[in-house]
Amino acid sequence: MTDTSAPLASRRRLPVSILIGTGLAVVIVAAAVLAPSLIPFDPMRMAAGPRLAAPSFDHLFGTDEFGRDLFSRVLTGGRLSLGIGLTAVVSGLAIGGLIGLVAAFAGRLVEATLLRIIDVLYSFPDTLIALALVAFLGPGIENATLAIAISLVPFYARVTYGLAAAERAKPYVEAAKLAGIHTGRLVRVHVMPNIGQSLVVMGTLGFSSAILSAAGLSFLGLGVQPPSPEWGAILASGRNYINKAPWILIFPGVAICLTVLSFNLIGDSLRDLVDPRRKDRS
Amino acid sequence: MTPDALTLDNIRKTFSSGGRVVHALSGVSLSVGKGETLGVIGESGSGKSTLGRIAVGLEVQSSGKLFIDGERVDDMSAVMRRRRLRQCQMIFQDPYSSLNPRLTVGHQIGEGLYAAGVSDWREIRSTVADLLERVGLPRDFADRYPHEFSGGQRQRIAIARALAPGPEIVVADEPVSALDVSIQAQILDLLAEIRRENRLSYLFISHDMAVVARLCDRVAVMHRGRVVESGPIAAVIENPQHPYTRNLLDAVPRFGRRRTGRKPVPVDLPLHGDGDRFVSVGEGHTVLQASEDAAAG
Amino acid sequence: MTSSGNPYLTVRDLTVSFQGKGGEFHAVDRIGFELDRGEILALVGESGSGKSMTSLAVMRLLPQAARMSGRITIAGDDVASLPRRQMEDVRGARIGMVFQEPMTSLNPVLTIARQMTEGLIRHQGLSRKAALAAARSALDDVGFGEPDRVLSQYPHQLSGGMRQRVMIAAALALRPGILIADEPTTALDVTVQAQVLDLLVDLKSRLGSGILLITHDIGVVAETADRVAVMRHGRIVETGATDAVLRNPTHDYTKALLASHLTVEKALGLRPAEKGAPSRS
Ligand SMILES: Nc1ncnc2c1ncn2[C@@H]1O[C@H](COP(=O)(O)OP(=O)(O)OP(=O)(O)O)[C@@H](O)[C@H]1O
Ligand SMILES: [Mg+2]
Repeated sequence: MTDTSAPLASRRRLPVSILIGTGLAVVIVAAAVLAPSLIPFDPMRMAAGPRLAAPSFDHLFGTDEFGRDLFSRVLTGGRLSLGIGLTAVVSGLAIGGLIGLVAAFAGRLVEATLLRIIDVLYSFPDTLIALALVAFLGPGIENATLAIAISLVPFYARVTYGLAAAERAKPYVEAAKLAGIHTGRLVRVHVMPNIGQSLVVMGTLGFSSAILSAAGLSFLGLGVQPPSPEWGAILASGRNYINKAPWILIFPGVAICLTVLSFNLIGDSLRDLVDPRRKDRS
Repeated sequence: MTPDALTLDNIRKTFSSGGRVVHALSGVSLSVGKGETLGVIGESGSGKSTLGRIAVGLEVQSSGKLFIDGERVDDMSAVMRRRRLRQCQMIFQDPYSSLNPRLTVGHQIGEGLYAAGVSDWREIRSTVADLLERVGLPRDFADRYPHEFSGGQRQRIAIARALAPGPEIVVADEPVSALDVSIQAQILDLLAEIRRENRLSYLFISHDMAVVARLCDRVAVMHRGRVVESGPIAAVIENPQHPYTRNLLDAVPRFGRRRTGRKPVPVDLPLHGDGDRFVSVGEGHTVLQASEDAAAG
Repeated sequence: MTSSGNPYLTVRDLTVSFQGKGGEFHAVDRIGFELDRGEILALVGESGSGKSMTSLAVMRLLPQAARMSGRITIAGDDVASLPRRQMEDVRGARIGMVFQEPMTSLNPVLTIARQMTEGLIRHQGLSRKAALAAARSALDDVGFGEPDRVLSQYPHQLSGGMRQRVMIAAALALRPGILIADEPTTALDVTVQAQVLDLLVDLKSRLGSGILLITHDIGVVAETADRVAVMRHGRIVETGATDAVLRNPTHDYTKALLASHLTVEKALGLRPAEKGAPSRS
């Protein structure tokens, strides 16, 4: 109601962090997607060059203990890592989101029960949950992806519940209820469009955590299995040569860091952009 | 005799928040006749909104009975109750948070028709346009989003949305408090006009005596979860009986009086208990009287 | 009403503008007024008329995007030319400010004592003890019978009206020459509003404070202000002694504002006489 608000709603500048984050992400995703046409060697081909060769013009990232070209392996590995991350995030978000929405809209009893469970699970680090699940399911890329997806569920359930519960109390939702709109439609048509944006942001943040978990599991030999060039798996195979051929560790390590960094940068700044959005009131 | 549109009988509501129990309503009884407008006035926290929310079913009373058209609804099954309560719609105070920012205005109004069983969106669209026209907005505003509208226009949209399911009772919780005075008058006139045409009953919640006087037939004055005085609007304003009503009326700013800066002698407001009874002081005009033993104890 | 010498606050040709989509937007457009101690000047107008921007300009608290021109002097000093540090002292020591929403201007995790003494210690270099004494007497000024109890409390333990009185006390503790009160009662119940308005009038007559009262409620103006300036679209369209302006408005907008003001009596008269309901003409 004060006179101050109207003229203040000027354009907000995009923060630098989002530009850096997006730039990095574009390069990483493009490299992964275009990997088949970018790589000079078959990533699985042994003796593509000398064994444990240092980075050179022929082998940009050097070679590993079997003489495989690391540049080709890291790029191809990106496809795996990003693929696992994306699959895990999408399914984790779908399941967690559904649980969060149910908790927020299916009545007091369901709400209390689900929240209790979510809170307990949420108190464990998600990598730990993923680890326990893989130990139970057995190693392999599908199981690892599934485990990571499930490990993200408590986080996404929590976040979605929080957003939905805040929305639920708003008069526009109450008005929709009064009009007799049943709960399913209420959530789908009225609530989802208002929290979707925030959920996408949360998806971005979960993505980096999924990539880390994937690498961690593969490193421990529980995720992607050895000949496949997933980043964590490459790291694991290189750890015996840390003195002789540190590049085996450096390049996939840097790839993991940059990916995590870029998606965290994007997620964090998007969150800041989305949050103080409702500036029209108070 | 036709039954009243809405009757609340000895409604109590307690909230427990953080271990403390708040008595929001301590036995409120009132009724709104068909085509009648009952104003509810009182200070912040006196329970006005809680009362309104119970009347439309957004909140459930801790005890007491709720009747619509003479039919008791609080002991119906959930499904029946929800269907019955569709006759009660609400207009909220804040014209910003009460509209969905992501749906077009037409879509939001139309949802009420859709839920009422109209499944042809072409038909819905034309009814929505009629409703917009009804509340004084151009028909083609249906395709716009709420942020394109001013507070007064939004409140008109909210009224159209409340009308869509075809209610008989409309609870308006401070519908003009957030608006400029000149806009307030327009919205009040619109509400009066709609009431006449649709033969609606209003439960009109406000903290502004002038606004209540403008629109309401009767008024119930609330204080600390109780109705302390009620009656025809003119009777209550011209002949206030309860000390709180007098305070309230005296505090309203007026022309021809200057504040002196001297503190008025504080009035002791009676603390009412459950045993207190209403006494009649005029036709339809009753006031809650503190019982002797309550005053002594 | 103002003394023939230099008024405490003078505003000349004040313009506040913003760069908007459709070019420059004037939130405040070449307005001028003065305010002396011991009087209440009301700035009245609808939302968006530029009232708050005016008060922010006086306090030099305008948002960054705003451009200001004109001349504002407080006790003889040109506000625009004061260095930042000195302006901080002016704010507080010479002008106090009270806002609409008392809760947002109080820090929820600090006791009232902490919040009230901080400014005193910083601006006036008082010792903690002296600051507490000043806070206590300011709370006494605004009508708290037991200042010590209030001092030990947190904002959420006070009612809306008490919070607003605390805000006024906090502003008064620095003994400013004038007080800017921006919609100080809009968020309050009428009964509490009456107390706060009584307090403002009391401060004027007892302590000789000058008060710039910003409000949209012409009824409040009628009861409390000595002079009134009616604002619309950033301009002052009419100004003068309250009685004169309200009794004989000359500008159409003032007339419209008065006409749209709804009093209880007028409201009763406006009711259509229906089904034999008792109604007055
Ligand atoms: N969901 C809730 N949980 C806990 N307490 C509540 C809840 N809703 C209302 N209350 C309490 O019930 C009492 C009555 O509140 P209500 O909102 O009905 O008052 P009101 O008369 O509408 O006030 P206002 O004029 O400020 O809107 C208050 O003490 C309030 O704090
Ligand atoms: Mg309320």
